[in-house]
Amino acid sequence: MPVIDCRGLACPEPVVVTKQALDELKEGEMIVIVDNASSCNNVERFAQSQGCPVEIKQEGQDFHLRIQKIQSEDKGKVAKPNEKTKRVVVYINSHLLGCGDEVLGSFLMKSFLKTLLDLDTKPSRLILVNSGVQLAAENSKALESLQSLSEKGVEIVCCGTCIDFYELKGKMKTGVVSNMYDIIQSMVEADRVIKP
Amino acid sequence: MGPEDLDQILKDLPIPKDPKVLVGLDTSDDAGVYQLSEEVALVQTVDFFTPIVDDPFTFGQIAVANALSDVYAMGGTPLTGMNLVAYPIKDLSSSILREILLGGLSKMKEAGVALVGGHSIEDPEIKYGLAVTGVVHPNRILTNAKAKAGDKLVLTKPLGTGIISTALKAKMASEEAVGKIVESMVALNRTASEWMKKYGAHACTDITGFSFIGHALEMAIASQVGMVIQSSAVPIFPEAMEYAKLGLVPGGAYSNRDFFSCRVEMHSSVPHLLADIFYDPQTSGGLLISLSPGEAEKLVATLKKEGIVHSSMVGDVVEEPRGKIRLL
Repeated sequence: MPVIDCRGLACPEPVVVTKQALDELKEGEMIVIVDNASSCNNVERFAQSQGCPVEIKQEGQDFHLRIQKIQSEDKGKVAKPNEKTKRVVVYINSHLLGCGDEVLGSFLMKSFLKTLLDLDTKPSRLILVNSGVQLAAENSKALESLQSLSEKGVEIVCCGTCIDFYELKGKMKTGVVSNMYDIIQSMVEADRVIKP
Repeated sequence: MGPEDLDQILKDLPIPKDPKVLVGLDTSDDAGVYQLSEEVALVQTVDFFTPIVDDPFTFGQIAVANALSDVYAMGGTPLTGMNLVAYPIKDLSSSILREILLGGLSKMKEAGVALVGGHSIEDPEIKYGLAVTGVVHPNRILTNAKAKAGDKLVLTKPLGTGIISTALKAKMASEEAVGKIVESMVALNRTASEWMKKYGAHACTDITGFSFIGHALEMAIASQVGMVIQSSAVPIFPEAMEYAKLGLVPGGAYSNRDFFSCRVEMHSSVPHLLADIFYDPQTSGGLLISLSPGEAEKLVATLKKEGIVHSSMVGDVVEEPRGKIRLL
């Protein structure tokens, strides 16, 4: 098993070295040794972002990270939510779901977001634009579901222009503010974009 | 150096009291202020660091914009600068150093600052920066100690330059992301400083190495107030989230978190990646300004019109919890 000694290396070198080693490794495990908590945290994050499970053992001053590389066809079998849901983006451009009665539309949207929580396959990103941003503001009936989605690792992204337009600045309770460029980029790069 | 090390080193240092020192080391402010007469006080600061971008001219611009920022944050006008240079002259062509100095000069010219000298040493690692002298009226010094409960907080530049620079070092940053932080880092805080004075700012600091949280906390502690930050309203570079997820977080962000997080209450809805960005050390970051709510709205609108488009209201100054920050 390859052992990569990153002790004495300054940030971001341990991540760079881990990336190279992981690219070269076809399958199996490798161990990365770092000598500080920051590097340990960074290497762990990097491995996880690549869909590789990580085990960490502290030995004296050092941290030993055992990183598992899985062949792409096996990846589906290992429970790695990150990997399975990597690039599904949900695009919500209204506080209502569907056209028709407003009360029904509002109810359906709340129910959509609540049900999204129960799915095994969660999206990586949820984009809120136009009146969709109201869903993440205070007094929204869907707020709880959005906050739970955020806690489960779904990135909630709100259109900054829309927040300004609806005068919701300071009233947003979850999500990060973003811009058109970032929103379009994540849609272009997504494997699937779902619009309820 | 990280905030914890610096705190240890500076603690109980026998610094003589001098009535002419209007702002000294005790409140962790941006620059020192020394009274010359009833009308004039000197504002002095110094800052230098290793290259954070590949282009030498751009590095020079960033270093000078960063050094001048401390004077702008105190409400002062910078007048003169002196170069600080460390350079491996035996191993690297002198033309690179010339480019760095030209970049620095271009920013001094833009700021109306005269270069009056400098000092250079031979060193294996390039370092460049500036010692700056400016002036301010003794009654119009903007420290970080006068934020008032009821004030709004305005931030003038997005956060995330540390994480994106780290991604650049790892050769994992996109050209667009680097372009965005460079544009932000070379921008002087002069216009923001001029307007905040016109709108009667109560307190100000600039966001640099100790991160948004660290510098905001310094202001909260010095002003004996608390702060409530609306996380979703804080301007950030979106790519920083992406790179933080890949583990491209600078060591400084972790030391900032270790030192400051005991004074931060984070609501569970705040994404952890966003918190990383709030602890990310910034280079040539924006101003954090505390002023009354009506004026804050006008300031943001004016700054946006002046081209400082990311200016945003990011939170409130509150009485309690004193010396702490609540992240919503």
